[in-house]
Amino acid sequence: MSDRRLGWLLLAPALLLLGGLTVYPAIWVIWLSLQYRIPVFSISRWAGLAHYAFLAVDTRFWSAAGVTAAFAVASVALECGLGLGMALGLRGQRHGRRAAVALLLLAWALPSVVTAKMFEWLYHPAGGLVNFLLGGRPVNWLGDPALALPSLIAADVWRTTPFVALLCYARLLTIPAELYEAAEVDGAAGVQAFARITWPLVRPILLVALLFRTLDALRAFDLMFVLTGGGPAGTTETLTVYAYRALFQTLQVGFGSAIGVVVFALVMVVAVAYLRLIHRQEASA
Amino acid sequence: MRTGRLRDALVLAALVLYATPFFWQALTSVRPDAELLPLSHLLPSRLTPVHYDAVLRQSVMPRALLNSLGIALSSTLLAVGLGALAGYALARLPVPGRGVILLGMIAATAFPQIATVSPLYLLMRAAGLRDTWLALILANASFALPLVIWLLAGFIREIPRALEEAAAVDGAGRLAALRFVVLPLVAPGMASAALLAFLFSWNEFLFAYSFTATEASRTVPVALALFPGVFEVPWGDIAAASLLASLPPILIVVAFQRYLVRGLLAGALRE
Repeated sequence: MSDRRLGWLLLAPALLLLGGLTVYPAIWVIWLSLQYRIPVFSISRWAGLAHYAFLAVDTRFWSAAGVTAAFAVASVALECGLGLGMALGLRGQRHGRRAAVALLLLAWALPSVVTAKMFEWLYHPAGGLVNFLLGGRPVNWLGDPALALPSLIAADVWRTTPFVALLCYARLLTIPAELYEAAEVDGAAGVQAFARITWPLVRPILLVALLFRTLDALRAFDLMFVLTGGGPAGTTETLTVYAYRALFQTLQVGFGSAIGVVVFALVMVVAVAYLRLIHRQEASA
Repeated sequence: MRTGRLRDALVLAALVLYATPFFWQALTSVRPDAELLPLSHLLPSRLTPVHYDAVLRQSVMPRALLNSLGIALSSTLLAVGLGALAGYALARLPVPGRGVILLGMIAATAFPQIATVSPLYLLMRAAGLRDTWLALILANASFALPLVIWLLAGFIREIPRALEEAAAVDGAGRLAALRFVVLPLVAPGMASAALLAFLFSWNEFLFAYSFTATEASRTVPVALALFPGVFEVPWGDIAAASLLASLPPILIVVAFQRYLVRGLLAGALRE
């Protein structure tokens, strides 16, 4: 058998599975979004762009888009800042590195539903640790429309900062100590050494982490669905939660798919930015 | 030297503090019911196993743990098996359109589940797979596959070609070289990919929540999200169930840390 044919043969099972369960659904969802489909009433007819036209004037959609944007911007910014800080703290670690990385990655590795349940209990007005530490004031973190989104963001930041920290930490470990020694000879230490050596070398990795985290923040679902269910008063309802409710609770398959397609498009814009970045970094390397 | 040790200890202490939400849940899981609400003291007066007892004897958790384990192991095996073959083809064989396929793999890792969940749901229902293990095994494997292929293609490319060529001189064919030279050498990379695929499936919620209907196939995250309370929320039982759900991830970050970190870095840095 020629190498070429063998190549296709080895690729075929994977491509079949991906074709059937990833590519086909990704195309089908666009088709679904162009239809009225409400299975319980046996409704199934062409809608064209009607769902998208409705979304353009749907206040709930724009509210969900705003929540998604606020969630993504705030959580990603905090994660990148804190993650870099944690990595700098970890860099000098000599003893107990394994334990340190295990403690760090624990938050990241837990199922997000577990994280949601943990924070629901931490935020409990009467039984939660947060209010206890604040002196017993009965703050309703998840029930107050002004506090729910920040509380949700805090839970996400706790869960995913370790990922950013790990990437930065791995990069920091590859910077040779001689660079800092040379800088010290030149009279640069502390903040100056950070600005001249650390920052330029860490920045590309931080940019990669930022794009990765933005992708995940835009498609996040589990945490808000379980922790707040989109409430109170829709203040934590992201596009993904809105799409899920349309799909599986009001059973509007066509309309829910249209919201899914919007999320898809947003994520792909970020993914393309990421690919271009990789391409540029490879070209300059 | 002394200050170095002190610093190390302080960093570790800070990380323990960071993990407080988890340790608090662990403490809640052994705290007597009477001391949960309202919370009046940080430490409980005594430790109790009643919450674990309730979760293991009277809830759907044992069945959910079995479902999750079976589904996660099967989908991992499927993803790594297919991924190794595909990764080898992309790393070593003259497949036309290689670049496009690899680019497609990166794009596919970014697909949001919320966009594919509705067609997949219709597909699973049409195939009669609703509420079965198989639906989740296939969905989770296909979702993890792009990353697995990407990782394994990269790891295989790192193996010196000369080793394979030496095997070819010995008269072994391509497949024998794959079986006896490449796969053993790429075993640590396969472990990395497998850990990530397993974690993804173990933690996965949206597909499991949408495709399951009864305890025949409900996984741990779904059972936890739907944890029943009769008159009030059973916070102690929920904490105990959370701890059980956390055991495999804990095992992975503690015992298989090296492979997990390598997979995470290779997946993110794409070098």
